[in-house]
Amino acid sequence: MSIQKEDVYKVAALARLKLSEQEAIQYTNQLNDILQFAEKLNELDTTDVKPTSHVIPVSNVMRTDEVKTSLSQERALFNAPDQQDGFVKVPPVFEEE
Amino acid sequence: MSKYETVIGLEVHVELSTKSKIFCGCSASFGAPPNTQTCPICLGHPGVLPVLNKEAVNFAIMASMALNCEIAEQSKFDRKNYFYPDCPKAYQISQYDKPIGENGWIEIEVNGETKRIGITRVHLEEDAGKLTHMDHGEGSLVDFNRVGVPLIEIVSEPDMRSPEEAKAYLEKLKSIIQYTGVSDVKMEEGSLRCDANISLRSVGQAEFGTKTEMKNLNSFRNVERSLQYEVKRQAEVLDSGERVIQQSMRWLEAEGKTKLMRSKEEAHDYRYFPEPDLVDLYIDEEWKAEIRAQIPELPDARKKRYMEAYGLTAYDATVLTNVKPVAEFFEQTLAEKVDAKLTANWISSGILGYLNAEGKEIEEIVTLPKHLAQMIQLIQTGTISTKIAKKVLSMMLATGKDPKQIVKEEGLIQISDEGQLKEEVQKVLAAHPQSIEDIKNGKDRALGFLVGQIMKATKGKANPQLVNKLIRDEIGL
Repeated sequence: MSIQKEDVYKVAALARLKLSEQEAIQYTNQLNDILQFAEKLNELDTTDVKPTSHVIPVSNVMRTDEVKTSLSQERALFNAPDQQDGFVKVPPVFEEE
Repeated sequence: MSKYETVIGLEVHVELSTKSKIFCGCSASFGAPPNTQTCPICLGHPGVLPVLNKEAVNFAIMASMALNCEIAEQSKFDRKNYFYPDCPKAYQISQYDKPIGENGWIEIEVNGETKRIGITRVHLEEDAGKLTHMDHGEGSLVDFNRVGVPLIEIVSEPDMRSPEEAKAYLEKLKSIIQYTGVSDVKMEEGSLRCDANISLRSVGQAEFGTKTEMKNLNSFRNVERSLQYEVKRQAEVLDSGERVIQQSMRWLEAEGKTKLMRSKEEAHDYRYFPEPDLVDLYIDEEWKAEIRAQIPELPDARKKRYMEAYGLTAYDATVLTNVKPVAEFFEQTLAEKVDAKLTANWISSGILGYLNAEGKEIEEIVTLPKHLAQMIQLIQTGTISTKIAKKVLSMMLATGKDPKQIVKEEGLIQISDEGQLKEEVQKVLAAHPQSIEDIKNGKDRALGFLVGQIMKATKGKANPQLVNKLIRDEIGL
């Protein structure tokens, strides 16, 4: 498996990143190096190993349904670039035209 | 018959009624001032860790069981990545390949026929924030109170064949969830939300046609109307020899049509991957048994019980059990020892009729079950006629007063005094000699006419059975 320059552009677009041609080439190479490194894992025999999405042997970590104190509105909005009437104000999102 | 067959599947989001959010301790209640129920976890600040709310899992398991799903032995959470201002982390924690429940079904009834609709899956996820779009494209306002409120998404199989079936499915789904108590399922508050996938195919064709997705249908009426519109629109597209384009549509209620939604995100590519901050979830037999034991009587079982115990018709039993608080009102009225069939009739035609006309929910009415019971008792003891009772009920519903008080204040007590009624009867008979002739010639309708005249003269207060008898006595029948 290898990464093509088009894949890098696609991932960049999804991440809202604008890449120059040079950056795209550089990241393509770097990502391929990383994948190649990860390929080493394929050398292991995993026939008898169960699939897992975690490496830590812990499951069912849960909390009881209790309400804790939330941030004040002022604190919650402290980092917002813009606000109005207690809301975070963002550039218009046009869903439809 | 149309040459096309309609195929509909629904995706329904239901907010769970936990006290706190799914991954943090912020309150999950509705209606607080904006951005007052947030914390670093639900706001997606760096370095925080989500911890799963056990009650949210309990509720998801219960809903899945009520929808006849198989419960996963092992379940897990995944990240669904997207950029949108309603999602501060830029990903939603959801479930991709190991949902809590799978392969369920519910039964709906349309035109007297029972049909089973498959449920593909029920998965647990977090809600997003709420965006309000400002006028003139000035911007959008974001409230993060809703971020992290637990949701279940219930995905149906494409088993519905008409907008009517889709509506029936949604009503049944709402009813079942309401009975379990895991959500208050209020469409107007957004705790029940519906998206619909719809496509047409030629009758007899095996493969599905191209579908469109209708987003955010916020009432039962809108679900049905928008699907009806889309059926017609797609049929016209196909008739003209063109192809339906797979796209998301928004229903514009005021204009009564669907409109293409253009999203800033190009082709959706959510790049799901296992959520590294949450560990796996194992649901063992013991946990399942514990939840199963807590599932209350569900609407189908209650309907059956009403038919068997009270001799109600299937129709009446359905009407009374669809909405849980209506069934509770019925049972509270019955607790006052009144006739079940009479009570069923007065609730379905009187109270539900009023609620429909006023656009209200039964929780909003001011009339108490015991007052309805008293009113029914007033009819049964002959104090008021059925006709007057209708008037009394509408006054009860408008004022919250008890029926005895209304009857007294308005002077609505039925006239069952023979002497008093005889006078009225004689007056009316004297004025209508032709009707007397007609009655003697066997025309029953003329008798009804005379009874009607006397009821009119007494403003509906005369005891109709007695009037009937007195007329017959007078004419010598």
